[in-house]
Amino acid sequence: MNYFNQIATLVRKDLASELRTKEMLSSMLIFAMLTTVVFSFAFDPDTETVKKVFPGIIWVAFIFAGIMGLNRSFGGERNNDCILGLMLCTQDRGVIYLGKTISNLVFMYIMEGITLPILFVLFDYRLKGSLLLLITVVLLGTWGFIAVGTFMSAMAVNTRNSEILLPIVLFPLIVPVLIAAVQATGIIVNGGNWADTVNWFRVIGAFDVIFTIVPWLLFEYLLEV
Amino acid sequence: MITAENITKKIGSKTILKGIDLHIAKGEFITVFGPNGAGKSTLLKILAILMKPSGGTLTINGFNTNNEVVKVRGQIGVISHQTLLYDSLTAYENLEFYGRMYGVDNLRERIFDVLQEVGLEYAFNDPVRTFSRGMQQRLAIARATIHQPEILFLDEPYTGLDQQAIEILNSVLHKFNIKDRTVFMITHNFEQGLDLSDKVLIISKGRIVYERKAAGLMPHEMKDVYINTVGGKV
Repeated sequence: MNYFNQIATLVRKDLASELRTKEMLSSMLIFAMLTTVVFSFAFDPDTETVKKVFPGIIWVAFIFAGIMGLNRSFGGERNNDCILGLMLCTQDRGVIYLGKTISNLVFMYIMEGITLPILFVLFDYRLKGSLLLLITVVLLGTWGFIAVGTFMSAMAVNTRNSEILLPIVLFPLIVPVLIAAVQATGIIVNGGNWADTVNWFRVIGAFDVIFTIVPWLLFEYLLEV
Repeated sequence: MITAENITKKIGSKTILKGIDLHIAKGEFITVFGPNGAGKSTLLKILAILMKPSGGTLTINGFNTNNEVVKVRGQIGVISHQTLLYDSLTAYENLEFYGRMYGVDNLRERIFDVLQEVGLEYAFNDPVRTFSRGMQQRLAIARATIHQPEILFLDEPYTGLDQQAIEILNSVLHKFNIKDRTVFMITHNFEQGLDLSDKVLIISKGRIVYERKAAGLMPHEMKDVYINTVGGKV
């Protein structure tokens, strides 16, 4: 079967499964909302400090909620040993990695699409820059996070304390993309344009490409372990 | 069809398989017996290309699995004590998923054929989580054969099955095997194991310690051989 058809079939299965159980999306959304509300209570929206930390708050909410989802990404495949079924029916194991990455991205984008406007409302923050640029940085930053996170999630799933192990191994790896995403978001929400953020976009783009290709190539060996 | 030469498998410092040589001809039905921890399931995983051996060569349908693995995947079906099914999806959706992944033609028709074969056509729209253990295992048989694989691997498939499910499994295996397809089965059940087999093996401590044609071999004789070869009670 065609490589891309297999990826599409896997993504469709994940979406159908999530539609039934709502396990991943609900936990991600609840966590993102809780983080948002806690931050909004902790900081006074009028202060200068909030303007400085607002981009960080956005990404902290996204990343922590994303970890909740990633922990469940391969957890579902562990039930009934479904991961063996995937290994049997995919000619190339890279299909599993790419399929899972796309599914996780879809769930993250849904969660971010709901959380981001709420963050702006709760912090009474007016976007001064381009909305399109903000959406682009969110899309690309999330891609980098999920590309590494999906790989690490597959690695951690068979360990005894996978829910603790995943953030421990994942956070150091996503530092470059997280810094770039927070900086670019900060510039955009405060009125910066493309020229001001281009270098940060280069960092995010390079990270995304490298950390999509390398895990894709290594996934076959990861499943062997 | 399957040729394994000096297959070894080390996990950490422990050697699970210590030089397995095996030749399985096309259409042959092989049953493997052996105590727990003998290396049977590890051997099955290696033959089904779910695990790489530490040493030795494995050839399936003329393709060396070290460098031509992509050509072999898709010709293999596996039934284990785990069902490999998604609880949240319906029986139809599970089979549709696996069928699409394997690139099965006329999928809808094929799904209802295999569902009928395992007696589950009435439950095609029910979520798998509502199935009994026996029904789930019957659906697992349908899942493993949806793409009409050339080789079927079974790891203790009778575990937890009711009598109806055992009969269905035997019927599916019989139909599968008479189409000149190969079956490799691990079981602790001598009666079921000998009933369909062409050849029996006993594996103990990572080695094949007994191998003979199954024709004329009675379950009680097999038990005696097993006790004499492996030691201890059955």
